[in-house]
Amino acid sequence: MTQTPTAPSPNTAITDFGIDTTTMSTSEAIRDYLSRLRGGQLGSLPAVLGLISLVIMFALLSDVFLSLNNIANLLAQGAGQTMIAMGIVFVLLVGEIDLSAGTASGVAGAVLAMHYVENGNLLGGMGSTVFIAFNAVLLLAVVLAVLLRVWPGAALSALAIVISVSGLAANPWIEMLLALCVGSAIGCITGFLVARIGMPSFVVTLALFLTWQGVILQFIGEGGVLGISTSPVLNQVANGNLSLVASWALFVVGAGGFAALQLGQHFTRLRRGLVTKPTPIVLLKVGLVAVIGAAATALLTINRSPNPSIEISGVPYVVPIVLGLLTIGTFVLNRTRYGRHIYAVGGNREAARRAGINVTQIRASVFVVCSSVAALGAIVYSSKVGSVDPQAGGLNTLLFAVGAAVIGGTSLFGGRGRVFDAVIGGTVLAIVANGLGLLRQSAAVVAIVTGLVLLLAATVDALSRRRAATGAR
Amino acid sequence: MSEPILELHGVNKSFGPVHVLHDVDLAVRAGEVTALVGDNGAGKSTLVKCIAGIHAADSGEVRFRGKPVHIHGPRDAADLGIEVVYQDLALADNLDIVQNMFLGRERGSAWLLDEASMEQAARQTLASLSVRTVKSVRTPVSALSGGQRQTVAIAKSVLWDSKVVLLDEPTAALGVAQTRQVLDLVRRLAEQGLGVVLISHNMADVFEVSDRIAVLYLGRMAAEVQTKDVTHGQVVELITAGRSGDLGLARPDTAVV
Ligand SMILES: Nc1ncnc2c1ncn2[C@@H]1O[C@H](COP(=O)(O)OP(=O)(O)O)[C@@H](O)[C@H]1O
Ligand SMILES: [Mg+2]
Repeated sequence: MTQTPTAPSPNTAITDFGIDTTTMSTSEAIRDYLSRLRGGQLGSLPAVLGLISLVIMFALLSDVFLSLNNIANLLAQGAGQTMIAMGIVFVLLVGEIDLSAGTASGVAGAVLAMHYVENGNLLGGMGSTVFIAFNAVLLLAVVLAVLLRVWPGAALSALAIVISVSGLAANPWIEMLLALCVGSAIGCITGFLVARIGMPSFVVTLALFLTWQGVILQFIGEGGVLGISTSPVLNQVANGNLSLVASWALFVVGAGGFAALQLGQHFTRLRRGLVTKPTPIVLLKVGLVAVIGAAATALLTINRSPNPSIEISGVPYVVPIVLGLLTIGTFVLNRTRYGRHIYAVGGNREAARRAGINVTQIRASVFVVCSSVAALGAIVYSSKVGSVDPQAGGLNTLLFAVGAAVIGGTSLFGGRGRVFDAVIGGTVLAIVANGLGLLRQSAAVVAIVTGLVLLLAATVDALSRRRAATGAR
Repeated sequence: MSEPILELHGVNKSFGPVHVLHDVDLAVRAGEVTALVGDNGAGKSTLVKCIAGIHAADSGEVRFRGKPVHIHGPRDAADLGIEVVYQDLALADNLDIVQNMFLGRERGSAWLLDEASMEQAARQTLASLSVRTVKSVRTPVSALSGGQRQTVAIAKSVLWDSKVVLLDEPTAALGVAQTRQVLDLVRRLAEQGLGVVLISHNMADVFEVSDRIAVLYLGRMAAEVQTKDVTHGQVVELITAGRSGDLGLARPDTAVV
């Protein structure tokens, strides 16, 4: 704590340079990065290294693993839980947890499937008592969201009532919208209980985890299954692919957009004399994304059908879905006032309060984001399976989603994390499940290995935090 | 002598059964450093938090530039130009210097922050205060030393065309050289025409930078004096006994509830 201003801080390389340093040379930047690593700020590095070693390991052990068909399959398998994890990142960032995100997504999926199967007649599907209770809960969510002043949550919850009561005939787009609205209504309730009533999120969401599981069972019935694969759109979400042209268009828009944003921002900052990364590092990053994107697109546009009589090619729809969500989430967290306030609340709640931030509103809103995004995840995983059963979004879904966020480098203690972490972590877990499945390992082994991976990630998080706490000053 | 920019009259504050502030009066003048001293638990931090809108006072009047004002939250205080540097620094460790300095008052639209303008303003402010200890304004606060954090917290308070800055024990956790820097900074704030309230336990610091001294004794304002009119000994006596010669509370013993 007590150091003279001229003494360089050991871990952070902050010296008495004055405040005029804006650009570092590449070697300085690399040294700075290394010293941050030593200081415990690992970010997603462990996850990326883990990802690479897992790919190498499974590629050596199984000749199917790196086949195009399996890679495309793996992406679709992992997408649902990855999306749920992306929502959970928001909750983890403010230092809370949402254990109910999995079963909440299951409720959204069940309502979606029922709307489709019953051709929009939820009253018939649920029975009048349950239908009234369902709408009463949605109405409650609207009221709570208004009290919290979380307007999008209030609007989406109200829209859920409109769709549910109006009994519009089955339409895949309405069904997906309904799922999103139901998810958001659930988030309003969770958010109110945690942020306004002040209950610990662990307890609230543990209770709701069970509650929503019961609700799914009530909606679908013991042993019931609601099939949605007969709807072409609902089926295509996780099983369809972009056309050849659309695949390359996605690459151009994605990689080109990324490059334009990064370079535009970089050179603007450079011109205005603001703090910037070294140009070679920015170029390297842009180039890497372009090369990986081009290679992935090229591979995924090759015919990968194991059956010679049909052709399967193109980038799976889940890729633009996940990338779109990643872009929106990253933008919200990094560029908007709302995102800034989420980090502030997670970093120092009292400081946020004193800065005039409405902490209650922020803490409540992240649960709305989480459940809404989880509902989108439900659309994807339900589409992958082709049906919704009473186990939808059950135990493993949630643990995998939380695990994905943490493995990617998002801290359970709040304040540190990115949406991208969920994507890396989700990919790691999808690879573990897929790879062990290919090696014909039993469910027992898959569970044990996944658990150990998660434990490893949590250990890295805890150790790096300790390192950061003792080292930084 | 100028008119006070901020005045408190008869401020009371209780936490449940604990009556922390009793009819406290205080005047803060622009261009002057008012030292607020008192023993631990005297109510200094509570008084500051009442002014800042963190706590609502139970009764009493606050006048700003002669006009009565009502401060219901941190925003109201900030709108008047009252800034506080808290004892427990109100900085978010995970955010960088710029992000902390603009926290709650970010520039740009809600859906697209103007990072460039914030970064430039932050650098200008730090430069205007002759701060030379941080390498880059994009350094996360977690990587700063105690003195650097304090500097950021103070710089944050002057970024906003502020009129009054309240500093709660800004040097308590600092080493000699860093204390030196912070005291210089405090003096510079007053020279820029701000009303400054400095809470400190260090008499040498108080006598060095303050123009007036206000002594809290068990939640009562024991004395408000010009620094040049009193000695160390008198102030220490006021702090510990509430009374020194003809200065102080008429009957400090009744203050003990
Ligand atoms: N939030 C609070 N709730 C209850 N009592 C408090 C609270 N804040 C301060 N106090 C009490 O008020 C008294 C004055 O505290 P404080 O203002 O922190 O003193 P100082 O800053 O002068 O050392 C102490 O007795 C303290 O215990
Ligand atoms: Mg105090």
